[in-house]
Amino acid sequence: MSYDVQSIRQQFPILNQQIHGRPLVYLDNAATAQKPMAVIDAISDYYLNYNANVHRGVHTLSQRATDAMEAVREDVRAHINAAETAEIIFTRGITDSINTIAFGMGALVSKGQNIVITAVEHHSNIVPWQMLCQRTGAELRHLPMNEHGEVVLDGIEDIIDEHTAMVAFNHISNALGTINPVEAILERAQKVGAWTLVDGAQSGPHAKVDVRAWDVDFFTLSSHKMYGPTGLGVLYGKRERLEALPPYQGGGEMIATVTLEESTYAGLPHKFEAGTPHIEGIIGFGAALKYINEVGIEAIAAHEKELLEYATKECSQIEGFRVIGDAKNKASVLSFVVDGTHPYDLGVLLDQQGVAVRTGQHCTQPIMDAFCIDGTARASFAMYNTKEEIDLFKAALEKAVTMLR
Amino acid sequence: MATIKERQDVLVEEFEFFDEWMDKYNHIIEMGKSLNALPEEKKNDDLLVQGCQSKVWLHAEKSGENVRFQADADAIIAKGIVAMLIDVFDNQPAKEVAAADLGFLEEIGLKDHLSPTRANGLMSMIKQMKFYALAFAG
Repeated sequence: MSYDVQSIRQQFPILNQQIHGRPLVYLDNAATAQKPMAVIDAISDYYLNYNANVHRGVHTLSQRATDAMEAVREDVRAHINAAETAEIIFTRGITDSINTIAFGMGALVSKGQNIVITAVEHHSNIVPWQMLCQRTGAELRHLPMNEHGEVVLDGIEDIIDEHTAMVAFNHISNALGTINPVEAILERAQKVGAWTLVDGAQSGPHAKVDVRAWDVDFFTLSSHKMYGPTGLGVLYGKRERLEALPPYQGGGEMIATVTLEESTYAGLPHKFEAGTPHIEGIIGFGAALKYINEVGIEAIAAHEKELLEYATKECSQIEGFRVIGDAKNKASVLSFVVDGTHPYDLGVLLDQQGVAVRTGQHCTQPIMDAFCIDGTARASFAMYNTKEEIDLFKAALEKAVTMLR
Repeated sequence: MATIKERQDVLVEEFEFFDEWMDKYNHIIEMGKSLNALPEEKKNDDLLVQGCQSKVWLHAEKSGENVRFQADADAIIAKGIVAMLIDVFDNQPAKEVAAADLGFLEEIGLKDHLSPTRANGLMSMIKQMKFYALAFAG
């Protein structure tokens, strides 16, 4: 069956509106994706019919809410092919997921060891490790990138060595769209016995990941970038790794017994889920996952690839248009500058014409510094975008550039 | 010489000419382009206005009772906005700049139109100009 983008668009009512008198062209999907009716309905259904706190209640509504939430845990497990549901932790987001690991490793890492990231990370996969290194005296290293925004593997043997405690990197760069050579990095990390974490913030909506095929220790997903609700993330961890880590936060849900003197902790996954979970978010995320799988993640990725290639080709006709990050393997992100214009100005004038893009540093200041730019404008594509929208985007960009020069 | 109020009225009249925000932006951009750039050596971090998303440099000096402003920005819309403020405030008595009411921003609709972060940037520019004026008036 061919990819029917129009019927997909009908599932996203928000897209059908005018901004400043022009049809909305939403190209800020790498920041957050819009939500299909299935997600909105699932959240409404929860509040209309079975809102209750989970796990503790003996009453029927609590049982229904618990069942719905735990069913999503199983859906996530199946989606990434984890071994068991106990390895699926619900967090507040990827930042929370990474902090959970970086905090917990404080007890396991010491001076003389090192943590390795790459030059194309989001701040949320830089700062928690810097904090860990400050606490422990460990050294933070990174794999460099080249002028295309690709991670360079030359010298990886010197950077990831037998003192490396953790290698943490993103699958796909949010600022550039670069798809990182996951297998090659993991292979080196595993060879020296380092722990590994892959940040799937940007890959979640575009690629199917099999955590056991990768044999990765930790993997993270963001609900809101995968057409689900905000405020929810997933942290996958191998059982043996999660068991080796202390809990990140203390409170309800994460304990087995509590006296006023001391507590014992609950088993996985609850040990890492202190407090009432984001129940509506989890249920909404379940609907989002189901929707993604119905459309087909390979079909989505193929559609977005076509859009990315079309947009890159079309926009490159604009004089002074420069793609920032032209890696061979890219997904769904077109980060760019136009000579003689400032990204903020482009962003304002595109918005006036109904086109939503992100402008600035995209929480990746080191990448911008490496390219010697203050920031970029970034168009990012999702399952519901069309070539017609890219034509509107290009026309709007041309008009903006003409005004600004 | 035109007063602060009279200069604002002129700007309001200019903007009344445009119905569409794209045209208003075009006018702001043109004002930005025609604002004399600050020489590079004056674009130091001490002159950066805090709270703007883009870089805005503001230089002020006393000239008798009056205050003279020069400014620049790396983004042209921000430069156009600071150019409007300079249009209103430059070479006016410091006392009056410090006390001035900038009703024209509302009449043009700029205040309501800007996103909260950009509106904050605008407020920061005004605050900084008034801060200089207050210091010179004292």
